[in-house]
Amino acid sequence: MTGYLLDARLAVERGGFQLDVPLRVAAGEVVALLGPNGAGKTTALRALAGLQPLTAGHLTVAGSDLDRPDRRRFVPAEHRSVGVVFQDYLLFPHLNALDNVAFGPRRHGANRWAARRIAGHWLARVGLVEHARRRPGQLSGGQAQRVALARALAVRPAMLLLDEPLAALDARTRLDTRAELHRHLAAHPGATVLVTHDPLDALVLADRLVIVEDGRVVQEGDAATVTARPRTDYVAQLVGLNLHRGRAENNRVRVADGLLLTVSDRLDGDAFVAFRPSAVGLHPGRPVGSPPNTWPATVAGVQRHGDNLRVQLDGPIRVAADVPPATAATLRLVPGQPVWAAVGVAETRAYPTG
Amino acid sequence: MTLTERPERRPAGSRRPHGARRRVGGVPVALLLPALFGLAFLTLPLIGLLARTPWSTLPQRLAEPGVLAALRLSLLTATLATLLCLLLGVPLAWLLARVEFPGRRLVRALVTVPLVLPPVVGGVALLLVFGRRGLIGGWLDQTFGITLPFTTTGVVFAEAFVAMPFLVIAVEGALRGADRRYEEAAATLGAGRWTTFTHVTVPLVGPGLAAGAVLCWARALGEFGATITFAGNFPGRTQTMPLAVYLALETDVEAAIVLSLILLVVSVVILAGLRDRWISTP
Repeated sequence: MTGYLLDARLAVERGGFQLDVPLRVAAGEVVALLGPNGAGKTTALRALAGLQPLTAGHLTVAGSDLDRPDRRRFVPAEHRSVGVVFQDYLLFPHLNALDNVAFGPRRHGANRWAARRIAGHWLARVGLVEHARRRPGQLSGGQAQRVALARALAVRPAMLLLDEPLAALDARTRLDTRAELHRHLAAHPGATVLVTHDPLDALVLADRLVIVEDGRVVQEGDAATVTARPRTDYVAQLVGLNLHRGRAENNRVRVADGLLLTVSDRLDGDAFVAFRPSAVGLHPGRPVGSPPNTWPATVAGVQRHGDNLRVQLDGPIRVAADVPPATAATLRLVPGQPVWAAVGVAETRAYPTG
Repeated sequence: MTLTERPERRPAGSRRPHGARRRVGGVPVALLLPALFGLAFLTLPLIGLLARTPWSTLPQRLAEPGVLAALRLSLLTATLATLLCLLLGVPLAWLLARVEFPGRRLVRALVTVPLVLPPVVGGVALLLVFGRRGLIGGWLDQTFGITLPFTTTGVVFAEAFVAMPFLVIAVEGALRGADRRYEEAAATLGAGRWTTFTHVTVPLVGPGLAAGAVLCWARALGEFGATITFAGNFPGRTQTMPLAVYLALETDVEAAIVLSLILLVVSVVILAGLRDRWISTP
C-alpha cells in the first residue's frame, strides 16, 4: 500500500467554491494546512472529519475508504476514528471538564466509570486534574483549549484534526499553549492535520506544510524548504521574503523590464528570485561604482518592524526593505521620495519555478 | 416623583434633550400612565379576589372533598397533558426546526391553530374526531373498547390539544437558537443522532424546554372551554378546578372564590418556583 495512514484527495464543490487538495499523512506525522482566510482549509478539515461529504476524490484511512463518492461510500463522522479540536473548542457547556472528556470514550463503548477514568487520565496529561469539576464557562481560554485537546485525544483517534487551535488565545497564553501543544502532537501516534493561517503555529507544530490558496495546494514541503524557496507571493509574505518571478540565463534573472538581477545560483528558464528585506540596502543616490543589482525606486510606505523600519518600495519591482533607524535618519523616508535600492549578489537565491 | 415632571414635556422643543439625558426619571407620561393602568387592570381583579375571600371559613371550605378532588384532578391532568405535549411536541419542534421538508411553513401554521382557535371550537373538533361516532373515536371504541370523551383521559386530550402549541413554539425557537456545531462536535466524538439529541441538544435547549413546559402546564391547568365540551363536567372524573369554579359561581359565590384562590396560589407558587430554578438566563 501507500505507507501513509491517511491518503486523500479532498474535492468539494460548494456554491461556486472549489476545493481540490491531495493530502497524505503518515502515522505520527503532523501536517499543517496553511493558507489565507477563505482558502478552503476548514472545508478540508470538515471533509476529513465527516462533517462535509466529498463531491469527488477519496479519503482513505488505514486502508479503508471513509468517503469515496464514485463508489457511493460515506462513513459518517460518528463512525470515524477522529478527534477534532474546533476553533472555539465547542466544549459542551452543560458538562464539566471531566464529563466533556469522558463523552467520547463513553460513546465508544466504555461504561460510565471507565470513561471517567480515561477522562481523568487525559486531564492529567494536559495538567488540568484540579479543574475536572469545572464547567467550560469557568475555564480560562488556555484551559479550555487543553480540555478540548484532551477530549479529542481521549478517543485515541487515527486522525487528529485541529482547526486554528491557538487563534482564540491571547498572545501570552498562545506562547505557552503552543509549546505544550507541540509536545502532545509529537506524542500522538495517529495522523495529525492542523489548519492555521498563522505561519508560526505551522512552523512550530508541523512536520510538513501544505499551503492552500483558493482551494488548491500551491506549495508543499518541510519548513526549511518552504521558508527558503517560497513559490507564491502569499508564502513569501508569510515567511518574510521578497519574491520575484523572471527568466534566468546563466546567473542573471530578468525580473522586470530593464531590471536584470545577478544571482549566485546558475540556472536557465523560468525562475524565482528570493531575498530577505534586510538584504536590501537603500541609498540617497546611485551607489558609486555601479555595482550589480541596483535600481531606482520610490518610497511607498514606512512601518515599524521590530527594531527596524520596513520600507515598501515601488519601482520596476515592488520590494520590502528593512532599514535600521540610524540609516533611516540619513534618508528622507517619506512616501514619494526617490531612492536607490541595492541587493548583494550573495544575498539572493534563485530556483526554478517548475 | 416622575409625574411632577409633566410640565417639562409639554412644549414641543423640550422633548429632545429631556428624553435623551435622563432615562429613568424621564419616562414620558404618555407611556407611563397607560402602563400603570395596565398594571392595575391586571392586578386589581386578583386583589379583589383576595379582598372577598372568606378567610374565617377558609379551612372548612378547603377541607371539602369536592375541592380537593377537583384540585387533584386538575394537577394530575395538567401534568399528564404536559407530559403528552413533551412526548409529541418536542419531536415536532425538532422536525420544524431541523428538517427541511416541503410544506414546512404550512405545518408550522397548522401547529399554531389551537392558539387562535376558541377552545370551545377545539372541544367540538375533538368530539368530531375522538367522539364515539368520530373519525378515530368510533374505531377506537369498536376495536379496543376505548372511549375518550367524558373521561379523565378526555380531559388530558383536551388540555394537551390547547396547550401543545405553547410548547412547540418555545422549543422550536430554542432549537433554532442553539448552536448546531455542538451537535457536530458530538458526532465527531462518536455520538449518533439520537444520542446527540438526548445528550447534547436537549441539555442545550434546556431553559427553552423548561419555559415551554411551564407555559404548557399553566395553559393546561386553566383550560376550560375544550375540556367542558369534550370531557363534560363530572365531579371527580372530569371536573377540573376551572370547571368547579364556574359551576360554584351559580350556586355558592364564596365557594367559587375559594376555588379561584387555590388555583391562583397553585399557579403562582409553581410558576415562581420553576422560574427561579429553570427559567433563569444561563
